[in-house]
Amino acid sequence: MLIRPKAGILDPQGVAVERALPALGFSGVANVNVGRLVELDLEDPEQLQAMCEKLLANPLVEDYEVQLLEESGHAGGNGRGS
Amino acid sequence: MKFGVLQFPGSCDEVDALQAARRVGDAELLWHGDESLQGVDAIVIPGGFSYGDYLRAGAIARFAPAMESVIAFAADGGLVLGICNGFQVLCEARLLPGALLVNANRRFTCRQVELEVVNGDTPFTRACTAGTRLSIPAKHSWGRFHAEQRTLQAIEDGGQVVLRYAPGHNFNGSARDIAGVCNERGNVFGLMPHPEHAIDELTGGSADGIKIFESMRTALEGARA
Amino acid sequence: MHPQPPSFDRPGAPAPQPSAEPIPTVEDALALGLTRSEYELLCEKQGAPPNAVELAMYSLLWSEHCAYKHSKKLLRTLPTQGEHVVMGPGENAGAVDLGGDLVCAFKVESHNHPSAVEPFQGAATGVGGIVRDIFAIGARPIAVLDSLRFGEPSGARARYLLDGAVSGIAHYGNSIGVPTVGGELYFEAPYEHNCLINAMALGLARRGDLVRSAAAGAGNALVLLGAATGRDGIGGASVLASSELGGGAAAQGEAAPEHDQDMRPTVQVGDPFEEKKLLECSLELLRSGLLVSLQDLGAAGLTSAAAEMAAKGRVGLEIDVARVPRREPGMAAWEVMVSESQERMLCVVEPADALAVLALCERWEIGGAVIGRVTDDGRLRVLAQGALVGDMPVSALVDECPLYDLDPRRPPAPLYPPPRATLAAEATPAAALLALLRSANISSRRPLYEQYDAIVQSRTVRRPEQADAAVLALPDGGGMAVSIDGNGRRVAADPYRGTVEAVLECAANLACAGAQPLGATNNLNFGSPEKASIAWQLGESVRALGDACRALGVPIVGGNVSLYNEGPTGPIYPTPVIGMVGRLPDVRRAGRLGFQRSGDEIALVGPFAPALPASELAKLRGEPLPDGLAALELEAVIAAQAAVREAVRANALASAHDIAEGGLAVALAECCLSGHLGAQVELGDELFARCGTQPGEPSASWCALFGEGPGGFLVSGPAQALSELGRCTSLVRLGTVGGGELRIALAGTRLSLSLDELGNAHASLGELFA
Repeated sequence: MLIRPKAGILDPQGVAVERALPALGFSGVANVNVGRLVELDLEDPEQLQAMCEKLLANPLVEDYEVQLLEESGHAGGNGRGS
Repeated sequence: MKFGVLQFPGSCDEVDALQAARRVGDAELLWHGDESLQGVDAIVIPGGFSYGDYLRAGAIARFAPAMESVIAFAADGGLVLGICNGFQVLCEARLLPGALLVNANRRFTCRQVELEVVNGDTPFTRACTAGTRLSIPAKHSWGRFHAEQRTLQAIEDGGQVVLRYAPGHNFNGSARDIAGVCNERGNVFGLMPHPEHAIDELTGGSADGIKIFESMRTALEGARA
Repeated sequence: MHPQPPSFDRPGAPAPQPSAEPIPTVEDALALGLTRSEYELLCEKQGAPPNAVELAMYSLLWSEHCAYKHSKKLLRTLPTQGEHVVMGPGENAGAVDLGGDLVCAFKVESHNHPSAVEPFQGAATGVGGIVRDIFAIGARPIAVLDSLRFGEPSGARARYLLDGAVSGIAHYGNSIGVPTVGGELYFEAPYEHNCLINAMALGLARRGDLVRSAAAGAGNALVLLGAATGRDGIGGASVLASSELGGGAAAQGEAAPEHDQDMRPTVQVGDPFEEKKLLECSLELLRSGLLVSLQDLGAAGLTSAAAEMAAKGRVGLEIDVARVPRREPGMAAWEVMVSESQERMLCVVEPADALAVLALCERWEIGGAVIGRVTDDGRLRVLAQGALVGDMPVSALVDECPLYDLDPRRPPAPLYPPPRATLAAEATPAAALLALLRSANISSRRPLYEQYDAIVQSRTVRRPEQADAAVLALPDGGGMAVSIDGNGRRVAADPYRGTVEAVLECAANLACAGAQPLGATNNLNFGSPEKASIAWQLGESVRALGDACRALGVPIVGGNVSLYNEGPTGPIYPTPVIGMVGRLPDVRRAGRLGFQRSGDEIALVGPFAPALPASELAKLRGEPLPDGLAALELEAVIAAQAAVREAVRANALASAHDIAEGGLAVALAECCLSGHLGAQVELGDELFARCGTQPGEPSASWCALFGEGPGGFLVSGPAQALSELGRCTSLVRLGTVGGGELRIALAGTRLSLSLDELGNAHASLGELFA
């Protein structure tokens, strides 16, 4: 789950990063948002939305986006796709 | 009367809240894992870093068994005071409108602030006079009060703005300088500054904070009369 | 997690298993930081070359950081006894008697090397570690102070380290509900590559509640509390703390940062939430009488905690690493033993109490596991799933590490380049005063201390910059004052006299708050003791520390040594840092630093003899360090401290402020700004006499205004009170409080600055915190 501040809400972390990048020589950067990443393995993907709404994000002030990665296998390799 | 002060893993100012409450009545700690509120007359959710502020401040604490009981207690009209982390828990639990976001300067700030009493008619502020000021210490990093414009207007119109930061004292960027709000019914109140730390001039910079607790006692005694 | 009763009952000791691992060579020992002769000695003590697990453990316990090889002999010369000492050096923390059955536990420790690599976590875990030392002896932590030193703030690196360290201290201290009530901050070029992060903590306990760390009772269970064990800080004590950052000859410019990058994975990460739960659980375990002894895990993790517990108790311990809760897969036995994962404590528990202990851990949501047992054979044995993988005599690990004599030699040439001049040669005294107030070593620390919760636990009576020391209320109406003070530049100029000055300054700060020092703790921060000039600095400084503490009657109850603080540009200034705790009988009368009332008289008290060499003004002017500082009148300074203290206690004074960096003019400005009141003063012949100059001499005014030295106090109060004070100590009337300006008249000239001008200059530190 990618959780980011809702558009229109002051994101001071994003502002600070946006200011710092040009000072390091990186130009042409705008709209920096700093959010949170939550990764987990779970058996029932149907639960995801409820988990986000109830605990992982605060829908009043945050938007979230769910990325379902591939099933991770137990035997050999991690099976994580992008 | 008896206050119940909730204690979560990570609560820090519960002992201070206990001390303040004991100035005006009895008080005991209520363990987060117990559903029973031990028959207390009012609830205080104290400051600190419940669950380390992990995920979001107050996000995990709001699901504690004790909080389920507090939600029911509030629905019945019981008095609930949330201080700092307690305010955050109440917003997460949707007992109060809005949310507390990271301070505009992104840093924890500990400073004595002046608050204007906007609504002196709540069970938490009856011992205060509207228009006067309280000198109370504030110390937090996630204290910027935020709500949608619609909500902000509604709480202003509904007299739910109880305390405002005096001009020049709003260090966290709270919308409309709002420092403390109550719910529509007026029985649940949250504020970011710490009244329990302003009960003695020697350690608190003023004794203005005790008025919050005195108001609650008066309200409860009145209710019984 | 189901509590398991301890199940180590086996007839006789486990049979040694043949090890499949190759025996490490002497080269392996050298790579881990041991010397050839140390390796040979330890082979002798083991009776055979140590295996990998044993070598790893010896390399840590015999490192400088753990064994104090180069400093222990010196430290033995320090005064450690006194009527108020309840617990002296050697335990997790020292403790002094506050009266009324209360004791104060306190100690200072450094986390210099980790903080230079990752300042946020380095400083945070520094706070975590020192706080654990406090509750490890059964005291509730009630305050933290920090002493920070970085390179010049004009450099980006110093600002990065400052910001990270302050954020880390704030994050950790605030989260565990312990107020950070004081500290100090300095910027000097020699700290550019070796910052200093010294953290001090205090705790309160009932005398009978203090617990020691000696393991006892063969058959008792060894229980590990707190966080799971991972690979944090692997090799920390030996790799990071005892070695110079940036490597030897190869490290110049680009090479150094890469080397530091490689060190990043070994930095420990702190979890203050876990610490808070661990703190509450530990105190409850102690209150319930469930623990025989308790020890926190710090440098070298389980290895040092277990070895020290066993050594103090003169017992043996057996640990099975398979029973240690781990959060990383595939950890080798040596990794479990040396891991520096934070927020863990080790305790000894009678077998009948083990279940109750584990149940309490579950209630507080922290880990708890029986990992071993106490034996009576004086050996530290490490098992992996029951198989013996390490077996060492405890005394060899802890008490028989070789100690070294230093080979001191006074440096023939200056060790430190002169500072860069930042003040124009033609600057007026007014401009110089503003430049000093604006300078990073003097400007208000408000942007820093506001990031700390200074009031949680409701004891704080004097918050930062309200008085010269922090003051906390005690239940009986009395108070505790605490200050942390160090010096680098003046100690570099004169290790002996500079150190005496630092000790005196700490006591002076307590006196201005109205407190009598009961005990002290010290952190010695120096370069490499294997270099003759550093050895000389260290020897002189420790000698001075002892002499000054003996003269003050203040014993040292614990402390820390951090050596090898050297980088590609040379050693740090020799920096002893002293923390003192004192008592005042009536906390309502705690001193204040700011002027309080218009009309109060202002006076200079004490044998203050200002001099410009090694002062902040001299630094701004880019002057090199002098070779030696002026002599000081120790007894007269101590007497003046006592006089000021008594006057504060008697409520006779409105304010009292120790004169330090920037001299008299800066002290006056600080008193004005703190009290929001101006002052009119005149510096006359008496002051010029103190400078050893005539009023007409060119340097005279500068010396009178900005000269530094010990034994100077700026006090204010009613004329009558000052007269009485003048009867018991030397007192020079200077002027009066009032108005909106600071006006200083001397030798026919005037200096006049408004409170606004002074305040603007004084507020400049905020620029360092973007």
